[in-house]
Amino acid sequence: MSPGELICPAGTPAALRTAVDAGADAVYCGFQNATNARNFPGLNFTPDELASAVAYAHSKAAKVLLALNTYPPAGKVDLWRSAADTGARLGVDAFIVADMGVADYIARTYPDMRLHLSVQAAASSPEAIRYYCENFGVKRVVLPRILTIPEIRAIRKEIPCEIETFIFGNHGLMVEGRCSLTNYLTGQSTNMDGVCSPASDVEFIRHGDGTMSSRLAGFSIDCFGCGEKAGYPTICKGRYTAPHRSDPYYAFEEPVSLNLARLLPELIDAGVHAFKIEGRQRSKSYVRSVVSAFRTAVDDIRAGRPANITDLVALTEGQKQTQGAFASKKWR
Amino acid sequence: MTKLTLGPIAYHWSAETRRDFYARIADEAPLDEVYLGEVICSKRAPFHEPDLPDTIARLERGGKKVVLSSLAEVMLKRERKATEDLVALESHEVEINNAAGLLARGKCPHRIGPFMNAYNEAAITWMAGRGARHICLPTELPVQSIRIAAQVARELGLGVEVQVFGRASLAVSARCYHARAHGRTKDNCQFVCELDMDGMPLGTVDGKPILRVNGIQTQSESYVCLLAETGQLAADGVSHLRLMPQAIDMVAVAQAFRAVLDGAMPAEEAGASLRDLCGTAPFSNGFYHGTAGHEFVAEVR
Repeated sequence: MSPGELICPAGTPAALRTAVDAGADAVYCGFQNATNARNFPGLNFTPDELASAVAYAHSKAAKVLLALNTYPPAGKVDLWRSAADTGARLGVDAFIVADMGVADYIARTYPDMRLHLSVQAAASSPEAIRYYCENFGVKRVVLPRILTIPEIRAIRKEIPCEIETFIFGNHGLMVEGRCSLTNYLTGQSTNMDGVCSPASDVEFIRHGDGTMSSRLAGFSIDCFGCGEKAGYPTICKGRYTAPHRSDPYYAFEEPVSLNLARLLPELIDAGVHAFKIEGRQRSKSYVRSVVSAFRTAVDDIRAGRPANITDLVALTEGQKQTQGAFASKKWR
Repeated sequence: MTKLTLGPIAYHWSAETRRDFYARIADEAPLDEVYLGEVICSKRAPFHEPDLPDTIARLERGGKKVVLSSLAEVMLKRERKATEDLVALESHEVEINNAAGLLARGKCPHRIGPFMNAYNEAAITWMAGRGARHICLPTELPVQSIRIAAQVARELGLGVEVQVFGRASLAVSARCYHARAHGRTKDNCQFVCELDMDGMPLGTVDGKPILRVNGIQTQSESYVCLLAETGQLAADGVSHLRLMPQAIDMVAVAQAFRAVLDGAMPAEEAGASLRDLCGTAPFSNGFYHGTAGHEFVAEVR
């Protein structure tokens, strides 16, 4: 049976301790630079902070996974290598990688280190996954959020490594590691800089009629009526016009978050080894409530007890939620 | 000598449109190499694959080298099979756009497509060691990195390619946004993407054109245009310049780039004629210059 490991976000040292205390089997985190895909102001770890974090996690039998999951642009590869060297020296339990050059460096330099394939590598078929397993010794793949559970079950049978899937948090709908939308509007790249719809480029404009626009780098991403709650201007969750439509519409996806609580038993049964909770940018209290609720649910399901799914569904209170691609091909 | 190439058609053009398009390209366009094959949506392939042998022969008679490109997204059985079949070809060079193709191709020679994320010298060195003979760099790579990547690739004996014209691919998804725009799903799309030969325009709520939808792909509203930068690209070791097919006179686009590459026409003059060919589409070169991709930076002299 799947161990149902819970992989939890640690944007800060405090969030890391909170996640570990709430029952995380592993936490994932990154350094304060472009080497990870959540290179946001105020987040992530200095080497000293990571050293303490590793000690704390290991004292509670939790693992620390270091995200080195962006793509170094030519000329800056040393930053990624040095991050890997630091991580290895500090005793992290695995690296999460996407770039083949970074994977090759770690596989050659630290052959005993566990490698996980990041969702940023966009490996969505048994063949693509096997390429990374055979060439870099990848032990686990984080699957893109584009597959149905029957498809995940089928992939499981054809690959030699563990599967990790997202179960809760942001609902990314573009194939990760292949998205330059933010760079097109702002000049900061998701792949190379670890930046997505950066806060420094966000503006909210109140209009005379009481409506509010959200903008990114001067482009209106959405407009909200007086009674509507204004959302963050993420490009793929905005409203746009199209020639054959009379009103602006959510061209890609509504501002919903992913919640696979109801699908947990099926995912465990499909052989998913580990479940990832998204949200390194989230608060300690968010991390505490989400991690402890999923901890209880996973333990109940594995023990054959009915899980209290209602509590998990309520975690996204006030926000619309979706099961995305996982529940049905109709999402596509 | 810098080579001029034509990338694969990203859109769902009808079989007849494609036949006419490639006939003119074969006979009239000053291009060295042409990439063929469906890269975006596996559902479209059956419409134009029957014509492929004739198109290849026609282009080769016109003196063009033909390279076959593989799907960017490989998830379903038919996509895995299509990728496997394509990379098994021995008659033509293949450009691989998904790691699934890399596994099947093994160490046999191949090209690395723009969806493979060859961002840096370490990745390129790795790929070269596994049989890559030619690399198309990601569209968002800035000039400083292009220069370093190209130098390393050339030292390894690889061809190096950069997109210099046409809409940039900004994202792909499992979801079809063309179908969604018409209230359908991908499995029930009825090929509605056929309506938009240059992509479906998306505007902001205040009416500013911003993006284009092409099935599962999201593209830039602007046409990337690195006409003034061709000399620098060649000097930096980029061996192949790629034009992406848009629903405009691509023979004339190729002629403009060829004239600049040959030194037969100044970039300003060729740029003015290119501007006339492209209707209202804005030009951009921001990715190359390391600023927002949609921007157009006048060349500093």
